[in-house]
Amino acid sequence: MSRIINLRDALGEALDEEMARDEKVFLMGEEVAEYNGAYKVSKGLLDKYGEKRVIDTPIAELGFAGIGVGAAMNGLRPIVEFMTWNFAVLAFDQIVNNAAKTLSQSAGQFNCPIVFRGPSGAAGQLAQQHSQTFESWLANCPGLKVISCIEPADAKGLLKSAIRDDDPICLMESEQLYGYKGDVPEGDILVPIGKARVRREGTDVTIVSFNKMILVAEKAADELAKEGISAEVIDLRTIRPLDHETLVKSVQKTNRMVVVDESWPFAGVSAEIAYEIQKYAFDYLDAPVTRINSADTSLPYAQVFVDEYLPNPERVIKAVKEVTYMNS
Amino acid sequence: MAEIVAKSKKISSKGKTKAVDKATYLDWYEVMLRIRRFEEKSLMAYSKQLIRGFLHVYIGQEAIAAGLKSALTKEDKIVTAYRQHGIGLMRGLSSDSCMAELFGKATGCVKGKGGSMHFFSKEHNYFGGNGIVGAQIPIGTGMALAEKYRETKNLCVTMFGDGAARQGALYESFNMAMTWKLPVLYICENNKYAMGTSVERTSNVQEIYKVGSAFEMPSEPVDGMSPEKVHEAISRAAEHIRSGKGPYFLEINTYRYRGHSVSDPAKYRTKDELNDYKELDPIEVTRKTILDKKFATEKEMEAIDARIEAEIEAAYKFAEESDYPMSSELYEDNYVQKDYPYIMD
Ligand SMILES: Cc1ncc(C[n+]2csc(CCOP(=O)(O)OP(=O)(O)O)c2C)c(N)n1
Ligand SMILES: [Mg+2]
Repeated sequence: MSRIINLRDALGEALDEEMARDEKVFLMGEEVAEYNGAYKVSKGLLDKYGEKRVIDTPIAELGFAGIGVGAAMNGLRPIVEFMTWNFAVLAFDQIVNNAAKTLSQSAGQFNCPIVFRGPSGAAGQLAQQHSQTFESWLANCPGLKVISCIEPADAKGLLKSAIRDDDPICLMESEQLYGYKGDVPEGDILVPIGKARVRREGTDVTIVSFNKMILVAEKAADELAKEGISAEVIDLRTIRPLDHETLVKSVQKTNRMVVVDESWPFAGVSAEIAYEIQKYAFDYLDAPVTRINSADTSLPYAQVFVDEYLPNPERVIKAVKEVTYMNS
Repeated sequence: MAEIVAKSKKISSKGKTKAVDKATYLDWYEVMLRIRRFEEKSLMAYSKQLIRGFLHVYIGQEAIAAGLKSALTKEDKIVTAYRQHGIGLMRGLSSDSCMAELFGKATGCVKGKGGSMHFFSKEHNYFGGNGIVGAQIPIGTGMALAEKYRETKNLCVTMFGDGAARQGALYESFNMAMTWKLPVLYICENNKYAMGTSVERTSNVQEIYKVGSAFEMPSEPVDGMSPEKVHEAISRAAEHIRSGKGPYFLEINTYRYRGHSVSDPAKYRTKDELNDYKELDPIEVTRKTILDKKFATEKEMEAIDARIEAEIEAAYKFAEESDYPMSSELYEDNYVQKDYPYIMD
């Protein structure tokens, strides 16, 4: 049995089910308890599990992320919510210098089973400091696993897998898509970390994306279909480890790839994918791997800047036509 | 009500309020009314979707801006958080340029690039509104380091909320500022809530000014519903700082009448609590004081009201009629270097 629920509720179910299953799991962050979450992901959890396991923190990201790391090293399974990933930057010291490195430093004695989660990316006219994505920053760091997805069933299944995973995990959601709906099976669904999903099969070009840019990729694929171009759309879901195999297999079929990534271009996820493909599918490529990113700038407030900055279906279509040599 | 009045009496600053002249009272009234009307208009524009994104209004907290205005010099520097329209206007940014900024227009004080959280003005020594809670605390401290380095007499005002007071950056900054005797005035605007979290839920230390004592920094609470008391406390602190003795910390107790941002229904507090503070409304009280002291007649006050009303109407019209920035501006102001080679693929 499945039902249609939104991303917010899918994530909430994952938290609820895992807290019910394992007493060691607890949630902490700003406004997660009494306010039911800044975006209501943790709605009802305080009532159900009490303040021992659903903890409102002061605004002190570095401190509470580190408290999560210590608790994880000492036998608990914390879920640390950041109101958005923009504010998690304050906590990168604990994520990168400790969560990611404790296992290595202790020669395998202390693992750090913690989930850091929250929304990522631009969400309207919120200006420079509130519009960023950090998937590639964190994916750059060995010791961490990075998940970034918006399909409700994937989000639920991946969050549950993340909570059960013995390594530290960063999970990026989307502020704009907490209301995004999808089919979610009832009960205990687990989605494996490190596996991409082919959302739509196609033969002429592979469009790879993740998080809310998946919707841009799909919109472009719809439009391209009307012009007789068959695009395969792959949702990465996990950024690190990258599902190399699914990507290579798809390019072996389509011979062309466009990556749609909301992050900045320099040293981003799109750059990593382009490297992988040129290295492992070079002989199959009929055109250079192309990418569509946000602009190589900060994002200012006015709507004209948002429009100019973000990837959109038109830019994806143009790129697809370039790699299929249909531009004229 | 009685309780809040008693409490605000209790925290009223030490020392006696020095007599303030007529011009100062009228200036306070005008600046507070300008901020209030500006923000009421901006809320209206937001409901029409002419303003988007976040909009954190200062309504209820205006006495702090008024007291700052009269107690600072134009050369003093100031930095604050995202609830900052009032501080920008107090510093002298025009209503036109601020309203246009909220509308995301090219005529805005930062050309439509900052919006509600980020007014800046080098001309007015306003170092901006910061959107990362607590980030401005070390920044204001560094601005003070620069003043001391250049051997000026200026001070740097560093403002932050009760929520921000729990960030580690505050403790590091307080320590360095005190060790190096930097000319910085820290102001915590304690409006009782950080989003939905009341001050009581964030720390064992409820009276935020007390955190200064761990660094032996002179620290005290101030009644922030009164421009007189804010002015008096800041003037005293400023004298201390300008004499080279190092930083000072004021916890200014205030209240925000509206939700955290436009989307917050503020269910975490009672109507009674809100109404109690509205009884202390600094604009109403200042108006009454001016009339009682016969600094102006009712008619003269109405003329001020009408002038501010017209100014805000004009700002709205200016904002509406101004042009949006060119999208190519996206590639301006990321680097000082003019021909920076952006990735353009
Ligand atoms: C580092 C960081 N964490 C979280 C947020 C989200 N946030 C924005 S305002 C706010 C509350 C701040 O409250 P306070 O400092 O009391 O200021 P007030 O809004 O009351 O003026 C929070 C949690 C943020 N902007 N930056
Ligand atoms: Mg506050």
